[in-house]
Amino acid sequence: MSAILEAKSVSKIYKNGASEVKAVDSASFQIHPGEFVGLVGPSGSGKTTMLAMLAALLVPTHGDVLIDGINLRDMDEKERVKFRRNRIGFTFQSNNLVPFLTVRENVELMLRLNNLYDQDSRKKVDELLERLGLCERKNSLPNQLSGGQKQRVSIARSLIHDPSVVLADEPTASLDSQRAFQVTRLYADLIHEQKKAGIMVTHDLRMCEFVDKIIQISDGKIVSIIDDRETIKAMISCG
Amino acid sequence: MGFYLAVKEVWRNRGRFVLISLVIALITTLVLFIAALAEGLADSNREYLSKVDAELFVFQKDVDNLIATSRIGRSKINDVRRVEGVKDVGAIGFATGSLILPDGRQPVNVSLIGVEPNSPGMPPVLTGRTINTLKGNEAVVEERFLTRFGVKVGDDITIKTIQGTKEKFFSIRVVGSTDGQQYQFSPAMFMPFKTWDQIRPQAQKTNTAGELTSNVLAVRLKNPEDKAAMAQNIQNQVDGIEVIDKQATIDAVPGYKVQQSTLNTQQFFTLLIGVLVIGGFFQIQLLQKIPLIGVLKAIGSSNTTIAISVIAQIIMVTTFGVFLGSAVTLLLSVVLPAGIPIVFNGSSVFLAILALLAIGPIGGLVSVRVAIGVEPLIALGLSS
Ligand SMILES: Nc1ncnc2c1ncn2[C@@H]1O[C@H](COP(=O)(O)OP(=O)(O)OP(=O)(O)O)[C@@H](O)[C@H]1O
Ligand SMILES: [Mg+2]
Repeated sequence: MSAILEAKSVSKIYKNGASEVKAVDSASFQIHPGEFVGLVGPSGSGKTTMLAMLAALLVPTHGDVLIDGINLRDMDEKERVKFRRNRIGFTFQSNNLVPFLTVRENVELMLRLNNLYDQDSRKKVDELLERLGLCERKNSLPNQLSGGQKQRVSIARSLIHDPSVVLADEPTASLDSQRAFQVTRLYADLIHEQKKAGIMVTHDLRMCEFVDKIIQISDGKIVSIIDDRETIKAMISCG
Repeated sequence: MGFYLAVKEVWRNRGRFVLISLVIALITTLVLFIAALAEGLADSNREYLSKVDAELFVFQKDVDNLIATSRIGRSKINDVRRVEGVKDVGAIGFATGSLILPDGRQPVNVSLIGVEPNSPGMPPVLTGRTINTLKGNEAVVEERFLTRFGVKVGDDITIKTIQGTKEKFFSIRVVGSTDGQQYQFSPAMFMPFKTWDQIRPQAQKTNTAGELTSNVLAVRLKNPEDKAAMAQNIQNQVDGIEVIDKQATIDAVPGYKVQQSTLNTQQFFTLLIGVLVIGGFFQIQLLQKIPLIGVLKAIGSSNTTIAISVIAQIIMVTTFGVFLGSAVTLLLSVVLPAGIPIVFNGSSVFLAILALLAIGPIGGLVSVRVAIGVEPLIALGLSS
């Protein structure tokens, strides 16, 4: 099966006057449909920078990112904006819902942005919310939700418009571990079911219980890519 | 899409937005009252002059176009009339007297305006008849006499003036009425020129048959478009006079320009405060929303969407506020006593409403700029 997402020796160098920071250094990997990847590494290792480049938010200094075979480098800013709302689903650390929209409206937002909102949308949104256990909270505003519920709404929003790639930057950082597990499991299940290319940045190795592949990054360089279940399990258990 | 976001945000935070709308409503009320007052005061000052059926006014030379100072002898009327292109000329004399009201009410100041029958300067009569002699003891009064003083057409009224050191009383019959014709804040009555000359206050009673003088001449032209050239012509052909058009005459009324510019300045600053209040409020609100805008951009909202959502919100809130303020002003204007010189149907009030509607978008421009400048990367905690 061909990859949905492909990074080809991607580098990002931040220039601040004279000083340069090589935040990501020649990273290459692929993500296939239905594959959920964990991106792990110490603080400052370049995980968020990597994610931003995969999400068409940041242009790599060197190398290419391809999604569905399209090279992000060939797009201008306007096309990148359109690409993001079309092909990418985002979940951020926390507080990334629109505070004045209800749960349902927050999820619908991606359909409206893409001009995909029609009479079937309501049903589609309701089904996804039900799947995420948010049925009763459909008409609540974000400030009436718990942290875990908010992240589940985010996940619904990142999937509703049928993107190719779903990305999450430490989606469980503000949750207690029980909630974190619950949310990550749901996320993994949906990525598997809907055959998305999923990638999640995390500090917490325990959250990798649900991933199919771990990319370890340190000082911007990929130190290992582990896609063997046994090895992953062993890694998680020894922390 | 931007509009959808704007409506949702305003609706879900309606308490806050109604509050700012109320502030705008207050500003609206203030601005409209100032505008109406400016219009009303202007009217009380110049109402008669602006309605005179003439294009040009003739003043004595070198009197700074002051009506009260200017003296034009009768002989000049014929000189002016002879100038090619002049259709009609009328002498106008201005004075102030007191109207003695029956049943012990306080006397009130009225403008005594001496005019020639059927000449420029004599306003059209609405009820009764016009004056048709040069010296009968009769007058046409403006409608305020009827409504405010309870005078009726056919009544005899008493006018008091000071001549020399003595108070003199004159009985005058009201033969007709005309529409609003205030001059220098006093209701006006129109009387035959010679009668006016007898009644008007003067230092010494002049029994001698000196030349009859008026303050100004009103000149109607055959071709009104020609007024600039004609003013020059008349001035060149007749000695000792200065000729200006109607607007210049009004502007030269003592205090008129100062008063209007004071009120216009007030209005301008009130509008400016409006712009700052709206701009400030939306700017603060926007600064709080920057993380959200980052997220919206990250998930693919275009700059157009963001800009529309910001500006649509501002327009909704401003329009609502202006509407509310106008309604309140309208209500107040109905219950206010009649004596207050406010006029709400003038063009200045209309312009004020347009200006008020514009302050929202103007005040919001900075916010829009800031919103467009927000980087989607901040959603991930990065910056470029
Ligand atoms: N705008 C920038 N200018 C300069 N250096 C930057 C900029 N943004 C990030 N960096 C640097 O790039 C490196 C990678 O940062 P990044 O945020 O991608 O790391 P991270 O792995 O996500 O860290 P964390 O786990 O703390 O979120 C860090 O050394 C950081 O200081
Ligand atoms: Mg990070």
